[in-house]
Amino acid sequence: MHRAIISGIAIAILCSVVGLFLVLRRYSLFGDAIAHSSFGGIALGLMAGIYPLWTAYGVSIISALIMTRIKDRFNISGDASIAVLLSSGIAVGLVIIGLSGGFTLDIFSFLFGSILLVSVNDTILILSLTGIILIVILLLYRQLLYSTFNEEQAKVSGVSVEKINYLIVFMAGITVVTSIQLVGVLLISALFVIPNVTAIMYGKGFKQTVIISMSFSIFSVVAGILVSYIFDITPAGTIVLFAIGIFACTMGIKSAGLLSRHN
Amino acid sequence: MLKVVEIDHLTIEYPDVKAIDDVSFTVNQGDFLGIIGPNGAGKSTLFASMLNLNTKYKGTIKFFGTDIRKSKNYLKEIGYVPQKPIFEKNFPATVNDVVKMGLQKESDENKVDEILQQLWIHELSERRIGELSGGQQQRVFIAKALVNNPKVLILDEPVTGIDQQSIDLFYSILKELNSKQNITIIWSSHDLDAVNKLANHVACLNRTLFFHGESDDFFENDELVKQYSEASMQEHMHHH
Repeated sequence: MHRAIISGIAIAILCSVVGLFLVLRRYSLFGDAIAHSSFGGIALGLMAGIYPLWTAYGVSIISALIMTRIKDRFNISGDASIAVLLSSGIAVGLVIIGLSGGFTLDIFSFLFGSILLVSVNDTILILSLTGIILIVILLLYRQLLYSTFNEEQAKVSGVSVEKINYLIVFMAGITVVTSIQLVGVLLISALFVIPNVTAIMYGKGFKQTVIISMSFSIFSVVAGILVSYIFDITPAGTIVLFAIGIFACTMGIKSAGLLSRHN
Repeated sequence: MLKVVEIDHLTIEYPDVKAIDDVSFTVNQGDFLGIIGPNGAGKSTLFASMLNLNTKYKGTIKFFGTDIRKSKNYLKEIGYVPQKPIFEKNFPATVNDVVKMGLQKESDENKVDEILQQLWIHELSERRIGELSGGQQQRVFIAKALVNNPKVLILDEPVTGIDQQSIDLFYSILKELNSKQNITIIWSSHDLDAVNKLANHVACLNRTLFFHGESDDFFENDELVKQYSEASMQEHMHHH
């Protein structure tokens, strides 16, 4: 349980920070697309007898980078490239699963998450990756923020916008696969999107918004894990329902006119 | 006189059209150059090439004596204010956040307060950028462009869609930046009156350059002013 809570908090923080950049770039479903493409990687790992998360990391990062390159080179819209990535990953995964004998318990744990079963090694990996990504974001904060705010102006200012875009995609790939253990392939985009969309309605500045998003995300994860443990229900769905609950309360507060004008 | 910008035989071609045709001119330090021309004249295309946003052109563009194809260091000396900055309306960034984006070094953060004071928007520093009026937003983007003490300020029709009071304030700020801080200003505009009042040099662009020189020489030449006015009128009628 302690490992689940610690890993869950780290993943919550990671999804908030990386997810905010994706949401503001109108790439809300990009996390979903990477998660679906990682499904192909997971199936490959299970078939080959390799730890599935390693193959998932490889496949999702490579396919996300390729998709970004194709989108820029051939001027394909963001939502179309997401659709291509999403369906390709699931299609490959389904074919591989079919070839290797069908759905197993392992597959279900990746589809729906299995945070309560997270091992010591997994926890160390999650904490390490979270730390590395947060340090990278801190070091390149201005470039990441500027290119997210306005690419053209960032370019004129000397920011290597193309490299930053690839970096964000790379970090998103790492974050998605790391988060699969918490909420699974099917619900990963919820953690990327919902706490951030809610936080944007409260925060004025960027750092304030990130902190609010992390708070909502951590609360949802911890409450979700505890409630699911007590009532013996799936943690993934419970976590996402808490996040949706916070979003719904915010909508209620906003409808009542209790949020300030900028929201 | 120090040459800040040297454009030499610049031509930019697209498959169906020549957007810029053999344009050459020089901008010296301290110049306040107004570039005028109808819609589709190539003003934004010219700026895109000068700012390294478009690299497909023939001819040379030099800043501070260096060909911009060889080095991008000149961008650190440029402040750029686009026509209408596009950003998400709900982007969670305060005025302070936006101006800080323009900083090349984090250690210069106290410059942000200075520049906000200078442009009379210090009281807006903790407001979200999306909730400001058009005129206020433009002052924020000027602040962002100025926060690194640029030697050159490039503005692409910066007062489009802004109320007159904000425009007047904006122009007075530009005049002060040029006259008191010797910042070289390159500014594209449709407003002949404003160019006449503010700029000391004028360039008339309509794919090709049909005038570049001191603004008095342009505005005292009725034929040239009429020619520009006709071109603008034809463009206006064509679009309506």
